[in-house]
Amino acid sequence: MADHKHSANQNSGHAFVRTENAPLLPPPATEAGITGWLWQNIFASMADFSSAGASLRSACVAALTVFLLYFGFAQIYTLLDFGVFSAVWSDPDQLKREACWTVDQGGGLPSGWHAACWPFIYAKHKFIMYGAYPSEELWRVNLSVLLGIVGLAYVLIERLPRRREVGAMMLTLYPLLCFILLTGGNLAIPFGSIGMWLIIGLAVISLGRLAKRGFLGPTLSEFHALIGLTGWAFVIYNAVRGLGAVDFGLEPIDTRDWGGLLITLVVAVTGIVVSLPLGIILALGRRSEMPAARLICTVFIEFWRGVPLITVLFMASVMLPLFLPEGVNFDNLLRALIGVMLFSAAYMAEVIRGGLQAIDKGQYEGAQAMGLSYWQTMRLIILPQALTHVIPGIVNTFIGLFKDTTLVSIVGIFDLLGAGQSAIADAAWSTPVQATTMYLYIAIIFFVFCFCMSRYSIYMENKLSKSRQH
Amino acid sequence: MSFSAFFYDKRLRSVLFQALLVLSIAFGFFWLIENTVSNLSEQGKSVGFSFLSQTAGFQISSTLGTWLMQYEVGRSTYLDVYFIGIINTFVVAVLGILAAAFLGFSIGIMRLSNNLVIRGFATLYVEMLRNIPLLLQLFFWYFAVLRSLPSRREQTELFSSVAGINITGLYLPAPIAQSGFMIVILVFIMAIIGAVMLSKWATKRQYKTGRTFPAFWAGLGLILGTPLVAFLALGSPLDWSFPEFKDTGPLLRRGFQSGTGMVIVPELIAVWLALSLYTAAFIAEIVRAGILAVAKGQTEASYSLGLRPGITLRLIVIPQALRVIIPPLTSQFLNLTKNSSLAVAIAYPELVSIFAGTALNQVGKEIEMIAMMMTVYLTFSLLTAAFMNWFNARVKLVER
Repeated sequence: MADHKHSANQNSGHAFVRTENAPLLPPPATEAGITGWLWQNIFASMADFSSAGASLRSACVAALTVFLLYFGFAQIYTLLDFGVFSAVWSDPDQLKREACWTVDQGGGLPSGWHAACWPFIYAKHKFIMYGAYPSEELWRVNLSVLLGIVGLAYVLIERLPRRREVGAMMLTLYPLLCFILLTGGNLAIPFGSIGMWLIIGLAVISLGRLAKRGFLGPTLSEFHALIGLTGWAFVIYNAVRGLGAVDFGLEPIDTRDWGGLLITLVVAVTGIVVSLPLGIILALGRRSEMPAARLICTVFIEFWRGVPLITVLFMASVMLPLFLPEGVNFDNLLRALIGVMLFSAAYMAEVIRGGLQAIDKGQYEGAQAMGLSYWQTMRLIILPQALTHVIPGIVNTFIGLFKDTTLVSIVGIFDLLGAGQSAIADAAWSTPVQATTMYLYIAIIFFVFCFCMSRYSIYMENKLSKSRQH
Repeated sequence: MSFSAFFYDKRLRSVLFQALLVLSIAFGFFWLIENTVSNLSEQGKSVGFSFLSQTAGFQISSTLGTWLMQYEVGRSTYLDVYFIGIINTFVVAVLGILAAAFLGFSIGIMRLSNNLVIRGFATLYVEMLRNIPLLLQLFFWYFAVLRSLPSRREQTELFSSVAGINITGLYLPAPIAQSGFMIVILVFIMAIIGAVMLSKWATKRQYKTGRTFPAFWAGLGLILGTPLVAFLALGSPLDWSFPEFKDTGPLLRRGFQSGTGMVIVPELIAVWLALSLYTAAFIAEIVRAGILAVAKGQTEASYSLGLRPGITLRLIVIPQALRVIIPPLTSQFLNLTKNSSLAVAIAYPELVSIFAGTALNQVGKEIEMIAMMMTVYLTFSLLTAAFMNWFNARVKLVER
């Protein structure tokens, strides 16, 4: 075939017809290699001098590039110099603050030295991680965190089996376990009342079973599901209470002794665990066809979204004691937690509502055509799709919540930032670089957490948008 | 009709459920109110707003609010304190929104540059600022940066002794309006109205005749030029009071002299820096997403119609990008306003700090004062939501 063409060309005898292949040339310098890369990524933006306006723009871009290169590297160098190159890393003589003093202040460092004082962080490390939690009981915190990491990793790795079940445990049993581990459990609830309510709950469940079989007449048999549900609610609620009342022999630790990263994680995790179910209910309520439910949910959501978190925390710490009957007294942390829960539930509801709105109407109609009830439709068809759809949004809400936990330090709870602030006030370590060192360390911790979560959110977004293209 | 058919009637069921819901919520509220009333009577407190006319007995650092409300300890009331809080919150919000919008748009456009240095810098900025809590940034600016300024008896001169900065604040020349300055302001307002009318006329004429008119430049000239002419014609009716700094004489008298110039407290500077730098990172992402959301075919179609790049950007890309950008941008502005309440942590005298903080500690009317404070933020939010609904309805694509 090729030969045939070749001969045909030769035979035609036209001078402009090539008789041999053009030589292969190397790619232009602006397209390949380091030069090409530099051209495309840097110089192409400042090489247009075709007109006066374009020349001006090119010159501006060039000037901006040079400035940003200088400014950016100066900032990065300052940061590295502060944190690494010039920093004091150890304090072998136990000098405390004098280890980070310059000659002018009476120490040994050269005059004008300004860099991180890491021995200060070592000395305060336990405090900004755990607060005043007793040292010999720290294994309880570590165990809770370790369990959390393992469980979370299990849920996030997509090849593992039974992720859904593990996820459900992480949202139900894990918080309970953490509560017992961290506080010590052993709440003052009489076992008698728990036992009595458990028996009543079991009785109600059996009643429901009987009603289902039709032994109790047609009227009650209509309500068998409701009766059964009530019974289970009794049983589960009292099982939880019972678990809280068991004495595991753990030393009780008051939440006033908690602090640091522990509090930050407790507030953030409680916020997310509670806000998910509450947010789902609120989002369904806001999209419901019942005007009263819709109104109540909308007002609730818009109220909490309309006020800053700090005012919510003020309200929780100042007004909550007034709202409750006499004798009921919450500790400070629980008050803040209630504020954070309500606040984050409203934000979560809006994210989930976005997911519900994105579901095609045909899905609802299809479910109805199959004869599914409202709750069946939601549980089996709509919510699984809607929640998967908004995983990036949920993660972003969680990032926001995680950063917002720092606000509890304003109402007197020593979270990571609050513990850091009070560590800064320690005169034994008083140096001019004390505050900056601490802020740098806390900023690194927050950055690592938030950056990882935001990467995960972007990863899920890409994955979901790919799977939607099918 | 049997009982079960009655129970399964969809409408009846929904009415029953809603009645139950409303009843339980009403009961919950009743329970809360009853508890509150009994708790209050236990503490010997009464409910009422009469405390608003009591005089407040605490010092507030001098800010725009105290200046506008003529605050004076022992004479001004708690209602004045409330308004000072609102004004100061408003000041931070407006300054922050202006700076954050400017910076955010710049960074957002820089993130789309084909120049690696510019793009890289913008990416680094966004990732750094977005992932660190605002409160930590606020503490950093206030406790780590502004605390290292010269002490109150020293200063760093700015603009050859016209202004100066030290740990007590930034001292600037204060304008003092002389008689006739009101006329300049009046001319300025008229010029704005004139510019708006001019641009309307130009659009109308372009639709009719096809001829363009440089309405933007003419309007800008009108807005800036006419007041300037009026200002000069009236003989510059504006005096400046320069901040006076003494570094000689008795030690305790050194430093900036009170009553001269205008002081911007360091708390305001810290809040402003933290809020605008933090929010700018979010705005940058919104702007980037908005510009990327405009389909490439729009630009290509515009070029193929022969429109120049500048006009393409102005008439084709930006209007479509704004449709995507404005709703989340407004909610970022609202977030900034709400986040200004963090200023309570460094005692900038805004609403939460002086009204729900200092004043609440003195008066002890928790319910009334927290409700009053929340009302302000809720009003801001509802106004923003109303604007957003109006805007969305206005720019909604007309689907056929």
